[in-house]
Amino acid sequence: MAATGKKVMVTVRKAPHGSIYVQESIEVMFIFATYDMDLSVVFMDDGVLALHPGQDTKGLGIKGFMASLGALVDWEVTKVYVDRQSLKERNIAEDAIISIGKDEETDAPIRPKVLDSAEIAAMMAVQHSLVSF
Amino acid sequence: MKLSVLVLEGPYNHEASDSAYNFIQAALAKGHTIRGIFFYDDGVYNATKLMDPPQDERHISKRWSELGAKGIDMIVCVAAAKRRGITNEVLVPNIRISGLGQLASMIDEADRLVTFGD
Repeated sequence: MAATGKKVMVTVRKAPHGSIYVQESIEVMFIFATYDMDLSVVFMDDGVLALHPGQDTKGLGIKGFMASLGALVDWEVTKVYVDRQSLKERNIAEDAIISIGKDEETDAPIRPKVLDSAEIAAMMAVQHSLVSF
Repeated sequence: MKLSVLVLEGPYNHEASDSAYNFIQAALAKGHTIRGIFFYDDGVYNATKLMDPPQDERHISKRWSELGAKGIDMIVCVAAAKRRGITNEVLVPNIRISGLGQLASMIDEADRLVTFGD
């Protein structure tokens, strides 16, 4: 079993809803969080669109995953990052992205941490594995 | 090097499955080890024995099964399979159904994970 604390990063690069990629990446996050690995998640490229608030998939007839994303911290997926450039290119304000949980003490919303591409690249360079969606 | 491979797309429609197969053959030819192959999302369709392509075309699931016969651990994700009607009854030999925890193990026990998707 995976029990060695290795660094594993899940990257989310696809736009939500048009394909199953984002939803299944979240399934992987939830399962991997139950294993002893140093898990991190990066939303980048069109994947940042998953963090845009106010999404409702009812009209599409699909379950959607917004509730799951809002509960990442509860599932102990805590190292969650988003690429600054990808947000900027899609005109999504850094402080407008959805929260992924609440701070236990202050009840303040926790949002994915916005990082520059160079910072993300440096994190990627030290991973044992990248799982790309 | 010990490698694991994640396949996210189904056969014939996208090249990801072919690329994964060709990559694995090339890696084996170079003397690398394949720790495991995990089929996820539409990738689970790679494992059905119901496919019956024209004789002069590659038979994708048969090809995977032959790789499995070499002793490579090949797993189809149970949740993705259930959604798509892929059950034990329709699997080719040498591929089995299990959960995402097996992907975690494949990652843990390999030097690299290589993902093939869109």
